Parts: sequence; structure tokens; C-alpha cells
Amino acid sequence: MKYVLLFCGDDQDAAAFEAMSPDELAARYAEVGAWFAEHQSKIGATNQLQGPASATSVRFGLEGQPVVTDGPYLEGKENIGGYAEIDVADLDEALRMAKTWPGRGAVEIRPVMTR
Amino acid sequence: MARSRGGGDTPGHDALTTTRDALAAVFREEAGRLAASVTRILGDFDASEEVVQDALLAAWQQWPIEGLPDRPGAWLWTVARRRAIDVLRRDMRYQERLRALSFPVEQAADDDRLMLIFTCCHPALSPEAQVALTLRTVCGLSTAEIANAFLASEAAIIQRLTRARRKIAEARIPYRISADDELAERLAGVLAVIYLLFNEGYLCSAGAAPQRRDLTDDAEWLAALLASLMPAEPEVLGLLALIRLHRARAATRFDAEGRLVLLRHQDRARWNKAEIAAAADLVVRAARLRRPGPYQIQAAIVACHAEAASWASTDWLQILLLYDALLRQQPSPVIRLHRAVAVGQVLGPQAALDETDDLAGDLDRYHIYHATRAEFLRQLGRGYEARQADERALGLTANPAERALLEQRLT
Repeated sequence: MKYVLLFCGDDQDAAAFEAMSPDELAARYAEVGAWFAEHQSKIGATNQLQGPASATSVRFGLEGQPVVTDGPYLEGKENIGGYAEIDVADLDEALRMAKTWPGRGAVEIRPVMTR
Repeated sequence: MARSRGGGDTPGHDALTTTRDALAAVFREEAGRLAASVTRILGDFDASEEVVQDALLAAWQQWPIEGLPDRPGAWLWTVARRRAIDVLRRDMRYQERLRALSFPVEQAADDDRLMLIFTCCHPALSPEAQVALTLRTVCGLSTAEIANAFLASEAAIIQRLTRARRKIAEARIPYRISADDELAERLAGVLAVIYLLFNEGYLCSAGAAPQRRDLTDDAEWLAALLASLMPAEPEVLGLLALIRLHRARAATRFDAEGRLVLLRHQDRARWNKAEIAAAADLVVRAARLRRPGPYQIQAAIVACHAEAASWASTDWLQILLLYDALLRQQPSPVIRLHRAVAVGQVLGPQAALDETDDLAGDLDRYHIYHATRAEFLRQLGRGYEARQADERALGLTANPAERALLEQRLT
């Protein structure tokens, strides 16, 4: 069963990250690296994303006409910072992985549609 | 414990009610068992629902006419099995499962209901969905009964159940008991659902229409089932004891006019002593397992009250110590407020009032907070402030029984 883990965070999480010392930051990245190494066999495509300030959105109007705007589509304080596609037995296994995610913030688990 | 159904007005009505009650009891015993077995074989929560419903519907239609079969479980299983084979034949993916279903004519002897309960109470479902799904699937309530019990529309309940089942299928919530390292956490979730169900039934039991299903009965049944399936889990025993201790005294909570009667004024002669003693034994049995938890401690507190001959002769020091233990496990302002009542009995009203002072920030909008303070103020002879506190409490509750009690105090 495939799921996508969406690694999310809000302004507070971002501020906490900014406030970390270089040593703390290095330690956190090491934890994240270890997490990916531990679950390597279950992880498919995965990427960290540039911040929301770099986002550009194309929205479609009522007539289907594309409108390009600066910024992320999802408004508000929460952002998606990265994602990982995983292949595990069921939701409990996905939850076990998500609960040990060292990056903090929040992890949203979305099952991938199968046809 | 027999469920009260209001006074029987005619013998015919009584007989009908008894048949319906007997059927409901058999259904509750068999529905979950059947759902658990079918789900295990089909491996699909959603498909099994259809099969189980068809079997239960057939029973509802035939049993009142043909009489209760000798082995209702086997009867249901035979019907469900036939229906399940139809479902499987429609779908080529299920050929292997079809073979599994063709041979064993008997229903599996081991109780799969534990898996069913854990799936229904999965934390990935909303608490409301967990409660509705447990009542529907484990206890075999109809959607109309659930709607009635929660004063919701049947359409809303059906939608809630449909969404929950869809999520179980789409997100693949597993049908099994949690791994050992997660069991404690998941079990806490299951117990929370049963306790929520109990509280829901307990709060609305005042003047409840007789045709409304008594959810405290279902909550007790679920807790007893869980205790029989997990006899070494002390918190399960604690919750069962807690529910039974409350139910053994439920009859004295309201007077003949439906007014709330406070614990100190309740007629203790009408409490069910045998039930109380049995529940207190359960608390002791749980304590011997040496893993204390919030339900066990709450049950122990209620047992202290239930076994006391009067309000005055209650072992308040023991209750105070138990509240201290409970606060260590579950720090909460409401528990501190309850503890203050015990403080008042052990150390006097001034000490109790002092205890409540720094709860104002958390509990200022909670009517019981002000009503409790009013009691302490009255005991201290501060009548004017007591009255103000009671008025504040009155302004914060819409519950008619509570309002009547407060209004009585103010006149």
C-alpha cells in the first residue's frame, strides 16, 4: 500500500528552526538522515522543497483560464516542506514511521489512489 | 442489569417489549461476533458490512415469527456465509477466499471481536465515528437506534458510518490488534470510546424517553466483553468497575420529580449493595496487577463513596490520597476541583476555598466550579458571596435538573 508523507510545518516551527544554533541544526539534520537511512527500503520518491516564498501558483478561473500568482496555493500559516512516497503494509505501519519523524512540525499521511 | 422500559400499560405491550428486549440482547451478543468472523474471512470491512446486515435483517424478520433458533450464532453464520459466497463470486480477486469459506461450515470458535473493537476505535477515525462504528458493528445497534440515542438524524449517522468505512478501506486501517509496543496507547483509545459512550448515556438518562436505548447498558456490556477478552489489563477492569459502581447507584440520582439529588442527600438504602461489593472486588483484582491507571483510581474513589454508610462517615482521607494519585497520572483542573471537596472534608472549608482560588483561570466558565465555591462560602458563613457564586453558576448551565437545584438554593 502506497502513501505519501507530507512533511508540514507552521510559522512557529519555522521560527524554532531559524533559532537553532549551527550545532543543533547539524544534529537535527543527522537525525533526519538517520530516519531516511532506517526506512530506506520503504521509501520511494522523496524531496525537500524550497520555502513558500519561492512558490508560484497557477489558478484556473471559472472559464478555465489560467491565472499566475506569486505565492503558495494553500493560504495560511502551514506549509509543506517536503514529501516522501512510502510503500508499507497498512496505515499502522505508516503511522509508526510518521511518529518517529525527527523533523517535527506535523506529518500528513495520504493514501495514494490505486486503480 | 435489566433495562427499565417504563411501566407496562398492557400485558400485550409487556410481552412485545420483552421479546424485543430478548432479541436486542441476542443481537448484541451475536452481531459483533458475526461481523468479526466475516471481516476476517473477507478481509474487507466494507464488504462484510453488507453481508452482516443482510443476515441480521433476515433474523429480525424471521425470529419473531419462527421463534429464536437454538443456536442463534450458527443460524446467522449460515445465512451470512451463503451471502458472503455470493459476494465473493461476483469478484474474481476473491477466488482464494471463496475456497476458505466453502469448507468450514462452523463459525470460528475463537473470538475475533477484539480485532473488531480495535479497528472501530482506531485513532485515525474521529471520536464520533469511533463511537458510532463501535455501536453499529460491535454492539449491533441499528442506525435508527444510534440516531435516537444521540438525538441526531438517521441520515447524519448513516453518513458518519459511511465515511468511516470508506476511510478504513481507502487509508487501509488494518483489521488486527495492535503490536505490543502500541497496545497500551491503543487500548487507552478503546477505553476512552467506551467511557464516552457511558457518559453520553449517563448524562441524558434523566427523564429519558423509555423507548430510547440506554447507552450505559451498552457501555457496561462492552467493558465486560473487553474484560473477558483482556483479563490481564487492569485499566479495563477499572473502567468496568467504574461503570458498574455508577450504575448500581443510578436510581437515586434524581427524585420523583426528576430533580437532581446530590450525593450527600441520596438515599443510600436504595443503592444496589451486591453490585457495589462485586465492583469493589473488581477494583481489588485490578490493583493486584500492580499497574495503576486513571480508571482504576477513579473506580477506587467511587468505591469509597459507594461503600460508605453516609456522607459524614465517608473515608475522606483515603479519597484525598486517591485524588493526589489521580492528579499525578492525569493533571487536570476539574480533578483538582473534585479534590477540593475532599480537602474540605479533611481540612475544613477555608482550606478547600483556598484550593479553588487558583483554578479560576481554567474553570471560570464551568458552572460546577462556582456551585462548589458557593458550598464552601456558605460553610464559612459568607452568605452574600455564596449567593453570588450560585448566581454565577446558574448563568452558566442550561441543564434543567441542575438549574432547578441552583434555583432552589437561591430562594
